Amino acid sequence: MSERWFSVVLLLVVVTGMENPALAADRIAVTGSSTVAPLVAEIGKAFEAQNPEIRVDVQSGGSTRGIIDVRSGLADIGMISRSLSEDENDLIGFELARDGVGLILHLQNEVPALSRRQIVDIFTGKVTDWKDVGGRPGRITVVNKAEGRSTLELFLAYFDLGVRDIAAHVVIGDNQQGIKTVAANPGAIGYVSIGTAEFESGAGTPIRLLGLEGVEAAVENVKDGTYPLARPLTLVIRPAEKERLRGFIEFARSPEMHDIILGQFFVPSHP
Amino acid sequence: MTLFWGNSLFLRTPDSRFAFGLGIGAVCVSSILLLIFLFVTGEALPALKNVGLRRFLFDDAWYPTDESFGLVPMLVSSFVLSVCAILLAGPVGVAAAVYRLYYAPSWIRKPYRWLVLLLAGMPSVVLGLWGLVVLVPLIARIEPPGTSLIAGILVVSLMVAPTVTIMSESALEGVARSSWSGAAALGLSRESTLWNVVLPAARGGIAAGILLAAARAIGETMAVLMVTGNIVQMPDGPFSAVRVLTSNIALEMAYATGDHRAALFISGLALTILVLLLSLTAARIAGLKNNV
Repeated sequence: MSERWFSVVLLLVVVTGMENPALAADRIAVTGSSTVAPLVAEIGKAFEAQNPEIRVDVQSGGSTRGIIDVRSGLADIGMISRSLSEDENDLIGFELARDGVGLILHLQNEVPALSRRQIVDIFTGKVTDWKDVGGRPGRITVVNKAEGRSTLELFLAYFDLGVRDIAAHVVIGDNQQGIKTVAANPGAIGYVSIGTAEFESGAGTPIRLLGLEGVEAAVENVKDGTYPLARPLTLVIRPAEKERLRGFIEFARSPEMHDIILGQFFVPSHP
Repeated sequence: MTLFWGNSLFLRTPDSRFAFGLGIGAVCVSSILLLIFLFVTGEALPALKNVGLRRFLFDDAWYPTDESFGLVPMLVSSFVLSVCAILLAGPVGVAAAVYRLYYAPSWIRKPYRWLVLLLAGMPSVVLGLWGLVVLVPLIARIEPPGTSLIAGILVVSLMVAPTVTIMSESALEGVARSSWSGAAALGLSRESTLWNVVLPAARGGIAAGILLAAARAIGETMAVLMVTGNIVQMPDGPFSAVRVLTSNIALEMAYATGDHRAALFISGLALTILVLLLSLTAARIAGLKNNV
């Protein structure tokens, strides 16, 4: 009896040992932005399927951690949801995709366009009725994102607002919930990933995307960089590692990955 | 107790093997519960150390990425929402059980039971979606935007009422036939038998059902998340938007790091303790009834 138990335990040890990335033949450690992490995790799975001897280990923790870990050598690749800044030119960045955030309204809302000032006034609660910004009279419902979401960070940074400045009526989690909330409320205004919103309005959901600074909120304009409320999702490596990681970087930027990128509502940066 | 020990003296080999297997299963289940509890506590510890319990109770607002951790509005919202939902669902649930067992014509009884069971098994996200596209716009006609405490109360009471009904039915069916015969012999009407004999006899089981429903109401996440608006504030009326503890975890956990993440585990810990207390009380009440 005890022998059998011993062999079971031994088997468990062997199995868990095989799962340990440190024991795998080769390992690519990726850390950084939580926006990019789910995408790279998917790409990593596809990469592992083609290269069984390599393990891709993805951990999130913010863009800053991505930079720090790559510099210190803790990670092979860093993920940042921006481009590299001037003082980071000791690293090389590869743009993977772009993430655009669009303001959405109910389809029945006939407000033609909103200026930057008007949008700030609406989201800070200074304007509470659509008639004050050129729409039909009706109470404005401000739909905001939950704290920690990168969409919220991007939105706040673009409009130069703090997290406490927003006077929200509804707080939502993911993009889908935001679209359902706006679709159910003709007075609502919210912001979600442009890819998701375009897909949903194409599928007949009663929402419409609002342009920004005269640029239409469309995946096309995110792709060519004319739409302002967008950011690049970038992979970062040390120059010395370029040769070793070339395979993975090229794989991640290959056309075969477009479906995965679009599936997460980002826009591929490369044709 | 004595009966059990008396029997166990004569356990045969197959019996003892069976008992061994059952014992292992029981140990596994209870140790998983214990491990979950330990895990949640362990994850919450950094927040207790870095932030301190005091700030969770006395900070003015909940902006975890801006170092402000006031949990109290969400605790209050959770409490108000579940108490109101139970005040609605409790009487309705018990009334439904009494109606089906003692007043409904026989052709209604079976379909009615199916209906209740179906409602009890309805996925909460479906009810939430219904709340968002049907209930919320209706409430918005009275007071926009409609996502509010009252929407949450209505959806959750709909969700827990079947639990109350099912538990009440089994409690009522457990009342001895002799109670009915005795009441009939005394010449009591069906109505006064119910009020004075059967319902008091079944009150333990009914109370346990209501407490279990309360535990479910407090733990409900998806449906509430979709209809209450999720603004962290003290509820100041049925139409104000509120965020409950469960929704808070669901909304923010995916992207939370560091103290923010640990703070969410604090709300998880508070919830776990609350639900455990409710379940223990329910078990105790039901147990008292059985011993009488």
